[in-house]
Amino acid sequence: MSGSTPASPTVNATTGPAREPKPVSLGMEAWRRFRRHRLALAGAIILGLMALGVVLGPWIWPVPINEIDFTARLQGPSLSHPFGTDDLGQDLLARMIYGGRISLAVGVVAMLIAVIVGVVIGAVSGISRGSIDAALMWVADLFLSLPQLPLLLLVIYLFRDSLKKYIGAEAGIFILIVVVIGIFRWMPVARLVRAQFLSLREKEFVEAARALGASTTRQVVRHILPNALGPVIVAATIDVAAAIIFESTLSFLGLGFPPDIPSWGRLLYDAKDHLDVAMHWALFPGGAIFLTVLSITYLGDGLRDALDPRRVM
Amino acid sequence: MTQPLLSIEGLKTHFKTDDGMIHAVDGVDLAIQRGETLGVVGESGCGKTVTAMTVMKLVAMPPGKIVAGRILWQGRDLVPLGPDEMRSIRAREIAIVFQEPMTSLNPVYSIGEQIAEVIRLHEGVGNREALDKTIEMLKLVHISNPERRVHDYPHQFSGGMRQRVMIAMALSCRPKLLIADEPTTALDVTIQAQILELLGELKEKFGMAVMLITHAMGVIAETAQRVAVMYAGKVVEEAPVASLFASPLHPYTQGLIRSIPRVDTAATDKKRLEAIGGVVPSLLDPPPGCRFAARCKYARAICTEETPPLREVKAGHKVACVLY
Amino acid sequence: MGQYLLRQFLIIIPKVIGISIVLFTVLALAPGDPFEELATNPAVPPEVRANLRAQFGLDDPVAVRYVRWSTAMAKGDWGFSFASRINVDELIMQRLPTTLAVIGSSLVIALVIALVVGIYAATRPYSIFDQIASTFALVGFALPTFFTGIVFILIFSIWLDWLPFVYRADITATGWRWWWEQLRQMIMPVMVLALFQGASWTRYVRSAVLDVIRLDYVTTARSKGLAERTVILKHVVRNALIPVVTIIALQMPTVFGGAIVTEQIFRVPGIGSLLISAILANDTPVIMAVTFVLSILVILCNLFADITYVWLDPRIAYR
Repeated sequence: MSGSTPASPTVNATTGPAREPKPVSLGMEAWRRFRRHRLALAGAIILGLMALGVVLGPWIWPVPINEIDFTARLQGPSLSHPFGTDDLGQDLLARMIYGGRISLAVGVVAMLIAVIVGVVIGAVSGISRGSIDAALMWVADLFLSLPQLPLLLLVIYLFRDSLKKYIGAEAGIFILIVVVIGIFRWMPVARLVRAQFLSLREKEFVEAARALGASTTRQVVRHILPNALGPVIVAATIDVAAAIIFESTLSFLGLGFPPDIPSWGRLLYDAKDHLDVAMHWALFPGGAIFLTVLSITYLGDGLRDALDPRRVM
Repeated sequence: MTQPLLSIEGLKTHFKTDDGMIHAVDGVDLAIQRGETLGVVGESGCGKTVTAMTVMKLVAMPPGKIVAGRILWQGRDLVPLGPDEMRSIRAREIAIVFQEPMTSLNPVYSIGEQIAEVIRLHEGVGNREALDKTIEMLKLVHISNPERRVHDYPHQFSGGMRQRVMIAMALSCRPKLLIADEPTTALDVTIQAQILELLGELKEKFGMAVMLITHAMGVIAETAQRVAVMYAGKVVEEAPVASLFASPLHPYTQGLIRSIPRVDTAATDKKRLEAIGGVVPSLLDPPPGCRFAARCKYARAICTEETPPLREVKAGHKVACVLY
Repeated sequence: MGQYLLRQFLIIIPKVIGISIVLFTVLALAPGDPFEELATNPAVPPEVRANLRAQFGLDDPVAVRYVRWSTAMAKGDWGFSFASRINVDELIMQRLPTTLAVIGSSLVIALVIALVVGIYAATRPYSIFDQIASTFALVGFALPTFFTGIVFILIFSIWLDWLPFVYRADITATGWRWWWEQLRQMIMPVMVLALFQGASWTRYVRSAVLDVIRLDYVTTARSKGLAERTVILKHVVRNALIPVVTIIALQMPTVFGGAIVTEQIFRVPGIGSLLISAILANDTPVIMAVTFVLSILVILCNLFADITYVWLDPRIAYR
């Protein structure tokens, strides 16, 4: 093979000052590999800053999001409106901060739903084998063939009105979006977890635990799940990005949150007819989505390299 | 003395890693004469495979690098050769068979295609002729029903048969030297014997030299004419096979031979199996001195200061140890 | 091989049934009457509404309704669209070719981009080209299609005025002129989709090639004296394509989603924009039918991927 011969750590004390690689724990090792990815670090920092900005925003920039001011329509960035204004004179920075909270919330909650459903189904599938496993995987396949956006649209179309009646427009759509996105993203996670189960079930250390009398749950939780953690974390970061994109797409199509909620996608929807006179209106939210997804993706890449060292080089 | 077919002089192949430079091959001298079998023996990680890969220039050049030395093939140094020139040497002059027959063949092409492409490349013949020659090669390696099996895929063959295919592929252009890197390690014992026998048969037929790399002393005793023992990136002893087994000089070789379980003496002579204490040292920026010093029971102060050179101390028998 | 394909084909049928059940369940679970809107819509004559209720059998048990609906769909009776006043199947047939043309060409272009850039980048890892290519891949993937679409319109239609941004199905021209105008108006939507997909596929191709390049049989190929180009193009690529085809097939649902957005932005009269306008007009039969058609298309793409597998990897047919 073309590759380096592995160096073995030396145990003897008589050779004198021989160079050996220092022993490190797995966590430290992962952190060290992650640190080497400057872009991933940059992504993490940017995300952190954005999250901070979005959470603390309303205190730092206490401008209302729907203060209509016709005298300040379609203005470019200025001191009083750092991101400019829209066609009703509303301040875009404030609206973007609000939209950021929505994106963040949607992304994180949808990801959690997808991960939880995925882990549970994957674990059940991996443990049971046989017909339960086959059935669950067939269902996963089925879901994978469903065209996501059309179904998302369909569900929203069907349930939107009644949800609006029962729990209000905003919360209703939020729940709808998050649940549906979560439902569409559990399959890869389930597959990953199941694969881990299948490969680790028969591994010696699980057998050892079983021989020592560990119950199935204990085996699962203490031995198998931690190994699946790496790929699941990577998949989770992708899920956040995908959820944000989904939500923006929906809003952009005019079918997401109600029109008065300035999610980033909605801002683009409003901005698209004023491209020639108010470019900034589209570029800021678009740029924000882009930056967020990019940072998440770099972060995900860094995490993948840190947690799965077989790849690269 | 006739010019050796292959002569490796002072070869050093190092690998750059985050933790430092790994001296995988650190000053190796070997020579193979026309038509002879040189056994290269040593434990895992001693640099035998890297030496073979360096001869074929198959080592990935970042992070690997030939830091010093010459590889003389029929008098011509291979080290400065570019990729185009090396390509005409591979398979046509020097061929290599690897350890893992299960993963060494491309799963999506038929074995016939994989053998024929070498023939087409080096002998410039058309598809029809290449196919005929391929079937001939398959017959030579004793694969039954070759006309039909030539269109089969690797996954339709067992491990032993795949190794035969690899051998057929390597020898299809009648190279002068075959490097066999642990060709039987991954196979069942019974198949091992068959493959070794096949190699011997083909060696006779084509009059080629063989560099047999292995960690099994028994295989060496059976098939090699001369043996080179490697340890931690260097050759520590080199001798004709009988001389090596009869009177091993280097403490490491002695340890290796003593650690072979003896079936004939076991019943009468109840002794513990001797092992060599300690572990192989790290190849990362190694300290000066003999690499074996830490595990050697004859070690002296000078052993950790200077590296002993490989010197001929008896007829055809070289050793790198201060004891001689 | 024929047996394998037949098996794959047979597997599809339960999938189609499964999808229709899912769709119908969603519809059945929806609270309220999807047609109550129509009661107040003067454009819909009461007989049509009564027919629809009968067709959907809204007062019957779910299973019966499902059977009725699915047999109707299977027979080709997809209902009647109120918004457009023609049969749904006609409506879809009118607009399907445009969508297929746009999606089809964007997929081909995306594949070409991904293969060329991905393979080249993988053979020179960490070089300048590779870094640029990887950045392009990540950036392209992070830019949602609607944003790229908007930016394209900004640049090519508004600033440069090179390309029209409203699609017209009724170009009054013939011969070469017609093709040229068609090309001009299709380029942006096709490229938006192609770049987005191509970017994410580039990453997969690159990573697949990097994975394969390390394998033993590639070293074997080099040891035979083959030129590096042959090693890569013949021995590596075919093996690397196997996981790539898997991922591409898995992404089909996203591709169709992206097409919906692109059709909206560029006002391409395909079934994507049909879906949106049907939703806005509460035109339920159209919505159900379009969703169903899109699902079938995805399944067909997966079937195509399966066929490609067999061609790529001879081990598959023997399983």
